[in-house]
Amino acid sequence: MTGSILFEAIVFLAGAIICVSIAKRLGLSSVIGYLLAGVLIGPYVLGFIGQEGQDILHFAEFGVVVMLFLIGLEIEPKNFWNMRKTILGMGGIQVGGTMLLSYILFAALGFDWKVALVISMAVALSSTAIALQTIKEKGLMNTTFGTSSFSILLFQDIIVIFMLGFIPLLANSEHKTSTENHSEHANLLENLPVGLQTLAIILSVVLIIVAGRYLIVPMLRKVAKTGVRELLIAAALLIVFGISFLMEYVGISPALGAFLGGVVLSNSEFKHELESTLEPFKNLLLGLFFMAVGASINFIVIAKSPLTIGGILLAIIVLKAVVLFITGHIFKLKLDQKLLLTFSLAQIGEFAFVLLSFAFGLNILEQEQMDMMLVITALSMSITPIISMINERLILPKIGTKESIKRPMDHIAKSQKIILVGFGHFGSTIGRFLRSHGVEATILDHDSNRVDFLRKMGFEVYYGDATRLDLLESAGISEAKIIICATNKLSVSKAISKIVKEKYPHVEFMIRTKNRYDAYELLNLGHQNIYRESLETSLTLAKDVLSKMGFRKYTLTRQVQNFIKYDEDSLRRLASEPKREDDYIFKAKKELEQQEKFLNEDFKRGVVDYDNHWDSEHIRKALENPNTKK
Amino acid sequence: MKKILILFSHPKFEKSRVNQALVNHIKDKEQVTIHDLYEEYPNFHIDVVKEKELLSQHDIIIWHHPFYWYSCPPLMKQWMDMVLEFNWAYGPEGNALQNKTCLNVITTGGSREVYCSEGYNSFTIRQFLRPFEQTAILCGMTYFPPFAVMGTHTLSDEDLNDYKNNYGKLIDLLQADLSINDFDNKSFLNDIPQLKAT
Repeated sequence: MTGSILFEAIVFLAGAIICVSIAKRLGLSSVIGYLLAGVLIGPYVLGFIGQEGQDILHFAEFGVVVMLFLIGLEIEPKNFWNMRKTILGMGGIQVGGTMLLSYILFAALGFDWKVALVISMAVALSSTAIALQTIKEKGLMNTTFGTSSFSILLFQDIIVIFMLGFIPLLANSEHKTSTENHSEHANLLENLPVGLQTLAIILSVVLIIVAGRYLIVPMLRKVAKTGVRELLIAAALLIVFGISFLMEYVGISPALGAFLGGVVLSNSEFKHELESTLEPFKNLLLGLFFMAVGASINFIVIAKSPLTIGGILLAIIVLKAVVLFITGHIFKLKLDQKLLLTFSLAQIGEFAFVLLSFAFGLNILEQEQMDMMLVITALSMSITPIISMINERLILPKIGTKESIKRPMDHIAKSQKIILVGFGHFGSTIGRFLRSHGVEATILDHDSNRVDFLRKMGFEVYYGDATRLDLLESAGISEAKIIICATNKLSVSKAISKIVKEKYPHVEFMIRTKNRYDAYELLNLGHQNIYRESLETSLTLAKDVLSKMGFRKYTLTRQVQNFIKYDEDSLRRLASEPKREDDYIFKAKKELEQQEKFLNEDFKRGVVDYDNHWDSEHIRKALENPNTKK
Repeated sequence: MKKILILFSHPKFEKSRVNQALVNHIKDKEQVTIHDLYEEYPNFHIDVVKEKELLSQHDIIIWHHPFYWYSCPPLMKQWMDMVLEFNWAYGPEGNALQNKTCLNVITTGGSREVYCSEGYNSFTIRQFLRPFEQTAILCGMTYFPPFAVMGTHTLSDEDLNDYKNNYGKLIDLLQADLSINDFDNKSFLNDIPQLKAT
């Protein structure tokens, strides 16, 4: 019965739903929920899933590939190029330092030098899946800590290619035949000289870049024209599968290839469609991956030598943490950013599974050594989210950028408190203007570098996740008059409005939104003060264009005001219409239709006909023909 | 040659046949600055420092505007309220505009006949322009009678042509130092003999 695919699917899905919703309710990361679900359904607790956990793990690693593709989509080639120093510097120090220390550790424990070397390679790599998923979940991707973590992980993705190439050199020549067992890692180029291998790798990277521009984008255009939604999903998956296949073929990490593919496509018009299409696959596959990690924890191995394993696990985490902390220090991260980095990357990553089983296949490792290391890897992956949580809840609030600094409030802030969530480009303009009027808004932000800077400037700033009621409360939501949501994340604004409206209904909301669709959602939630970031700026631009063409500025200024009023009215009218299709491609189509409708209505109104003030033409006409009225 | 600043204010210049003809006729004259207030300050946010500088650089100030509801368009009133500052334009130390010349150039829909005690507008143009006159006097300027293009609703193209040529001639006369003694108590600059002659 356990063999049935349907049954396995039921077990995984039910496990995920139950454990993740419990984890979320307790305020924990979803990663912890998935891992716990894996342990529960695994062979040692409920026993629903047997040893096939390893296979599932391998399959679910595809989630990591999709995730890196999606991250690539968010990084434009120019930005990627700007990151090269951080990638090489931080990544190099982290991998080099960790390998050195862990080699010393394992050599000291009496392991053969080859074994110690392989293990130190495995230890140096962190888990892209766990670290990035957690970072993205908390919305910290754009902080110093986020980019540092990402740079290190990317470097690891690159270095793993060399590790996989290097390990066979450690194997004794008489074991050479056993490489054949590893046909899934074996590739086309294995028998080629190193120079040609490198050339092939470079060629395939170039191929991805060229194909992205001249093959994939035209294909997506064709697909989009058909208007068939499934085709787009198929195309998106085809791209990721294709890139992964090519990369495995030449022996590069598929995740790295997918990342490159994403970067190439980040400038294309399909960026958002690819994102929204692949997002659910990524999430499910990653969930599956985490569950498989949980299920693969071998409790029998642990039971045999709990002290050794516990000791080594602790030693590795401390060792990795120390190296990460030093790396952060060299690159001048702030203390709390350093701590975040230290704890989020201190685990051994999924590449260890690959490296270790590869080395085992080459007879470098013994079964026992591999089992032990696999358990330690899985355990370390399970523990780090918990350590990170302890860091955030207990350590960070006490050091570095504190959640708040108490400062005597001046009388304006006291009588009419304003809370400003998000101090990016949008929020900072609001804050500066309020301040120029002597109004000191209480600011909430989750980028600690920014927070420290703002505090130096004398702003009252709270550091952390603004969707936490306790943080809002310590920022003084109970006596606030207005809360400004200047974040560009609709989900954050919605979450804040939900928790605040429930408990503090008197607080007025003023919310920034990206576009009409976000505005619709907020209107339907009962919000009235909605500010679309694109509306007035684009109209100002259009106005200036017309002015340069010779239209009169004052008339244009009045027309812009009319247009805004008209657009706001239509927004409110359309918001009450039945719910729109969520699928992106249909949404986009619908949007075009709607734009067309607006333009037609504009046309019907006539460009200036209704604006007759100060126009003596009609008076003249009336005077010429005294019989016709008007 | 005297320098003339024309403070032109019309909220819908693009629709004004008469004012377009007038402005286009004189806009390329030497030493004449046409300052289009509605184009310059569409948001009514007047740059007072810049306006003061402009005023200081010119000898003759012309308020050129349509005569809406017996007065000027709102931006021009805003201009007066903001630019003519105490102790700059008037007040014990306010002498920046001393001895400059000032006048109104206006366009009205109604003809000259309706602006009198017997006409439906009850008062004369000069009576309606009293606030401008007194403003000029308080600022130490010499106030000239207005140049008025009247009855614009029924104005023929030939008449408009005469008006615009006269406006041009008036500018020339002003630049050549027309003096208050030349007016001979005329109510409108339109009526001075130098313009009547043609």
